[in-house]
Amino acid sequence: MPRHLWVRIGIVLVVVLVSIWYLFPPRKTINLGLDLQGGIHLVLGVDIDKYVEHQAERAAEDLKNGLERKGVGVKRVAREGLSGVVVELANPSTWNDALTVAAEFGTFEVTQRDDKAGRFVMTMRDRRVSELRDDAVRQGVETIRNRIDQFGVAEATITRQGGDRILIQLPGVQDPDRAKALIGRTALLEFKLLDEQTPLEQAQAGRLPETSEILYQVQVDRQTKTERKVPYVVQKRTLLTGAELTRAEVQADPNSTGNWQVAIEFTATGTRIFGEITEQNVGKRLAIILDGILKSAPRINERIPGGRAVITGQFTVDEAKDLAIVLRAGALPAPVSILEERRVGPSLGADSIRQGMIAIAASAIAVVVFMLLYYRLSGFIADVALVLNLLILLATMAALGATLTLPGIAGIALTIGMAVDTNILIFERIREELKVGKTARSAIEAGFTRALRTIIDTHLTVIVTAFILYNFGTGPVKGFAVTLLAGLTASLFTAYFFTRLLFDVIYMGRRKVATISI
Amino acid sequence: MIELFKQPNYNFIGRRKWAYIVSILFTLIALGSLVVRGLHYDLDFTGGTLVQVRFEKPPTVAQIRAGLSRIKLGESIIQQFGDPREYIIRMPLTSSSSEALTQQVTGALRQESELGPFEIRRIEFVGPQVGKELQWQAIQAVLYGLVGILLYIALRFDLKGGVAAVVAVFHDVLVCLGAISLTGREFSLPVLAALLTIIGFSVNDTIVAYDRLRENRSKFVPRGKSFAEQMNDAVNQTLSRTVLTSLTVFLSAAILLFFGGKTLEDFAFVLFVGVITGTYSTTYVAAALVVDWTQYVEGRLRRRKKAVAKA
Repeated sequence: MPRHLWVRIGIVLVVVLVSIWYLFPPRKTINLGLDLQGGIHLVLGVDIDKYVEHQAERAAEDLKNGLERKGVGVKRVAREGLSGVVVELANPSTWNDALTVAAEFGTFEVTQRDDKAGRFVMTMRDRRVSELRDDAVRQGVETIRNRIDQFGVAEATITRQGGDRILIQLPGVQDPDRAKALIGRTALLEFKLLDEQTPLEQAQAGRLPETSEILYQVQVDRQTKTERKVPYVVQKRTLLTGAELTRAEVQADPNSTGNWQVAIEFTATGTRIFGEITEQNVGKRLAIILDGILKSAPRINERIPGGRAVITGQFTVDEAKDLAIVLRAGALPAPVSILEERRVGPSLGADSIRQGMIAIAASAIAVVVFMLLYYRLSGFIADVALVLNLLILLATMAALGATLTLPGIAGIALTIGMAVDTNILIFERIREELKVGKTARSAIEAGFTRALRTIIDTHLTVIVTAFILYNFGTGPVKGFAVTLLAGLTASLFTAYFFTRLLFDVIYMGRRKVATISI
Repeated sequence: MIELFKQPNYNFIGRRKWAYIVSILFTLIALGSLVVRGLHYDLDFTGGTLVQVRFEKPPTVAQIRAGLSRIKLGESIIQQFGDPREYIIRMPLTSSSSEALTQQVTGALRQESELGPFEIRRIEFVGPQVGKELQWQAIQAVLYGLVGILLYIALRFDLKGGVAAVVAVFHDVLVCLGAISLTGREFSLPVLAALLTIIGFSVNDTIVAYDRLRENRSKFVPRGKSFAEQMNDAVNQTLSRTVLTSLTVFLSAAILLFFGGKTLEDFAFVLFVGVITGTYSTTYVAAALVVDWTQYVEGRLRRRKKAVAKA
């Protein structure tokens, strides 16, 4: 055999070995999509503007404090619109001082000014706004990943999708409802003082000071499963948040049996602030608020120096565990909402795999038998090429870490039908060349050479559409596009290069070839 | 050796006028069905909630509906899904979360004692925003697919070929959509994937025929053969390949349709129809249009020459 044949045989062997290496062991190397193994797929929308608003509010608060420190009296400092802060001075003569303070806020610029009325508006710079939006999603992804890690889901994927979305895939999760609740809650823990000056009746009648608001505590009666909402008047100012936590552990509630509580421990800063709060407000009630719901409002009996506190509130053990997880993982920077949810039970996934395998097997048998009958030995060569094609297809998917979905399985079944197209093109061409009287060898030569251009064309067009599909598609459809792309690319190698090699080995080695089995 | 066609020499192009009538007829039927019956969009595009339930013993739709009407969801669409014990329930978008909705559904079905035990096998919730986006993306994907094909063929061959191929593919897409509409199937994301595959597949045959035409013309200047005859030769020469390939893909699609399970059924159906119309349209839409277009251009050139000669 000539040397170039050995080189080509070597290439094929390397490809086969590499493919097998990537595929071994198959259970570990092929990622199954959620539609096949069961699990939950979530797309969350992050309310990124809420985060920007929140930051603007904080800036307004800082600005107000800054002005007061400088002795500039203010009538009003408040957020306006998405990212503006409006300032109304008590006395327009302090205008210059006020602007000096405002200039310290580098991420803002003064967009409206009225020095006679002593009113100006600062607006966050656009670059900062987009930075914040970006942060909101990035931190959201981080936080959710933390929570999932602590909850314990193997092979979870949490990725950012587009400008304001987070895609979460949790394969094989046992308790999807609980996982979902864990992911979706903001988990913003706040400590605020109760407003004990304003009687509840007056507050409910709408006469509420601007610095206070009504929050509710939800009490659940375990026997009747009814919920009762208890209103409280709470000061709006947040004294401390869950951002200053270091630990959160579940404990049995010593005061009420069957209920659980979460013990928390603050950071050094948190401990100092908590100490100050408790010292300055002995005798008052401190509200512990989670996501806008008041959990408890114990009275401060004395200064608490150690930086430890307990959150109670009729928790079951699972509720307390999940609360501890979300407190440890931190709050989401902005609220999220579920835009899309797909949940597949494991039994359905198993059914899909079974049906998909049957379809692939049936498709393969039908095509293999057809090729054998129609082209005989050449058909057999094409069949071997087809097997190699499937091997490379699966190996490519394993190597790329691509996911096999139900439409992906359909893509494989379809690839079987399409991959032999290349061989059909070549074989028909060889037959034609034989008919016009060419010798076996030159017919093979001409068949392969002349068909090549067409083969490249047909592959490229399907690859173009598969590529578009990949870019537009979501989840399962992407899986289909991936198998189609991998299968077609592999078929260029197997149906052309590999079949050609087999033909050469069989027919070119001999001196004289009278007939071709085609 | 087995041969499907021995020296095929059918007069495809000569009968193209009839084919045009057939194509237009099919397109009109498809369009008519799309207008009158419309397309049922799947949850992916409309938004809403879907719950797939498997009961231990086959229930009736009425029993399920009775259960659901307890929670004022009696208007939901209830369909048997493959197995007689398996049903899907589709609920329109409501204000309550998918979780609350599923819990309500489970509770309501449990109360209906005749239904017996059941298992929730699948839950899908698509918000209104996502649905609208997916709709737009679907349209974009098909358009980009068509434009991609047009560009590819226009660059590889010529503009005439590209336009004719796109018209042919567009015809196939319309016929497939019409078939979905007529059979009351649903337009879902996998169906979209199948449509795009058909776009790629259908144009394949066209390219093979064009390639052959060009190859023939490059080898020798055919004397005494009109463009229509040359095209007819090219179609005939590639006929067995076209039919054989379509056959293998058709086999794969048919197997998916009959053995692939309910989830893949609509997807496989589109492939099934698409392979047939794709094969047909190669000759009778794409090739035929190129012939008529070329003849029209040649005719005009001839008339202009005559006019010049007279003057």
